[in-house]
Amino acid sequence: MAKAKYQPPKQGVVGQIIDALLVLIAVFLALWVPLVFNLAGASTRTILPAGVTQETAADGTVTFTGATWENLGQNATMQKQWEALGYDVNSAAALITQWFDYSFNWSMLLLTAAVIIGYFLFLLVYSDKEYKEVIAEKFDR
Amino acid sequence: MSDVALKQAADQTTPSVINLKKVLGPAHVWALGVGIVLVGEFMGWNFSVGKGGAYGSLIACWVVGLLYTCVAMIDSEITSTVAAAGGQYAQAKHTTGPLMAFNVGLYLVMAYTMLEAADVLVIGDLVTMGAEELGRPGVDPHPFVFFMVAALAFLNYRGVFMALSVNFLITAVAFVSIIILWVGVHPFSPGEITQHAEMLAIQPLPELSNVPGLPYGWMGVLASFQFGIWYYLGIEGTCQAAEEVRSAGRSLPLGTMTGMITLLIAAALTWWICAGMLPWDYLGQALAPLYDASKMSGSTFLHVLLWVATVFSATASANGCINDASRAWFSMGRDRYLPQWFSAVHPKYRTPYRSILFLIPIAVAFGFTGLLAQTITFSILSGLLGYTFMPINVMKFRRKWPLGTIKRGYVHPGHPIPAIVLFILCVATLFAVFLGFGAQLLAMMMFYILASIWFVFHRYKYVRRGDQFTMAWPRPRGY
Repeated sequence: MAKAKYQPPKQGVVGQIIDALLVLIAVFLALWVPLVFNLAGASTRTILPAGVTQETAADGTVTFTGATWENLGQNATMQKQWEALGYDVNSAAALITQWFDYSFNWSMLLLTAAVIIGYFLFLLVYSDKEYKEVIAEKFDR
Repeated sequence: MSDVALKQAADQTTPSVINLKKVLGPAHVWALGVGIVLVGEFMGWNFSVGKGGAYGSLIACWVVGLLYTCVAMIDSEITSTVAAAGGQYAQAKHTTGPLMAFNVGLYLVMAYTMLEAADVLVIGDLVTMGAEELGRPGVDPHPFVFFMVAALAFLNYRGVFMALSVNFLITAVAFVSIIILWVGVHPFSPGEITQHAEMLAIQPLPELSNVPGLPYGWMGVLASFQFGIWYYLGIEGTCQAAEEVRSAGRSLPLGTMTGMITLLIAAALTWWICAGMLPWDYLGQALAPLYDASKMSGSTFLHVLLWVATVFSATASANGCINDASRAWFSMGRDRYLPQWFSAVHPKYRTPYRSILFLIPIAVAFGFTGLLAQTITFSILSGLLGYTFMPINVMKFRRKWPLGTIKRGYVHPGHPIPAIVLFILCVATLFAVFLGFGAQLLAMMMFYILASIWFVFHRYKYVRRGDQFTMAWPRPRGY
């Protein structure tokens, strides 16, 4: 025997406003806050060539001592292009010595993989349960 | 979507149902897809150079191009059959189930809203750069960020036809500018302006790589897949207009596939110009590399043209993103996955105006951060989760309704090979994001997990069950 059609409760205006605000709050808490407070930036590190040292002044200005185009790995053409872009060896060194850090520990990788796989499995299994209900109501009535 | 189906899905207490207007042709579909994505050639793709070097970025461009060819093939088949606003969201509702559909809807909204935020962020910074070059340094980009979002939201509020017609025009100008720049840097006289041999002679650090030309070795090539996505992200946005095109079966596959071809050409030209003119360490973090290349060309005409084209491409992209994000949000409101208040259609302009307005604060807030690579990464991640679902989607679609059981506008060839290739490439790209942006990946997952819990334990009780299935199809096999 076919089941009765599901009748959802009616949601009032206040409930709708609360739901809309909850979505906004979730976006800002989970995504915007980590970004603004630098909790979710790129993993980078500074690698200085041999003979080059780096000093950071109180106002945040970074100075590289001993940096040359050659020890920064730049050939004559690259040097010309850097200069055409308005960079000198010191300002270019700030970019050239920044490298992504691809080192990772396996437990972090496994945790991330478990989160993603678990998330998709939950979605698929739970969706299928809901889907059966949808199909039953659509085609059995 | 038929009027009957739309009426079924709408609130029965609504006195009269107003449909979205069917006014769009293949050119509009092309403009919607390419318009959103073309900005990826003007900014963002170059972060892949930062992650893997110039050659790494080129390999990523090709491999990710394959990923998107699979996306376009699969999406064209399902969307030409499930022609309803919301695109992949509407597909998931019919093939997989409500919770998955809710998540796919969120992927779409977040991918497009973050892309929109990145677009307006770049426009704000370009205004600052342009003002500085004209002798007015220190111009604050924030008012321009806000103004662009507000102006484009107003354009979308007024009507889809006008919004996408504007997109068609400015997308065409932006695309032609890349070709003009390519011609302007004398491609058949190597060494004159572009100097690939010298610029690509990258010396890797021995502790990071022993592969000539690849600063991070093959690991860097894999890592660069993350921003390789940016060359094409959003092409599947063509599907969002499914309910507003005159002939979905013809316009959607045609618009999507010609869009892919356009993007492949633009991506190849862009890489070639920039890799031959800008040092890779600079290119890997530049805000607008094509604009930088135009400055290096020594031509004032190219300099001005590329500034205008970069602003145009970002404007077209943000415009298309507002269109797509609001349609997905509107569709979820109509199905009560979100408050029904969002499902209102403007009585005069027939646009989902409340959804358009609601998403403005998110775009502005992320546009104000000034963090381009991170904002882009949120967009990429949402898109990537959606692509990861696509192979599952098409498998379920073909299993539940085998060929011949329902009318399809387009049947993609070689099934299930595109689905398998897409799945493998998605897993590889998720790993690429983990390399260097692992914390952001987990933050994004946390958002979707929280949203799913909210949907399961609270929101789904407001959703009508059988009414979610709106297509006039036979019962799915196995159910």
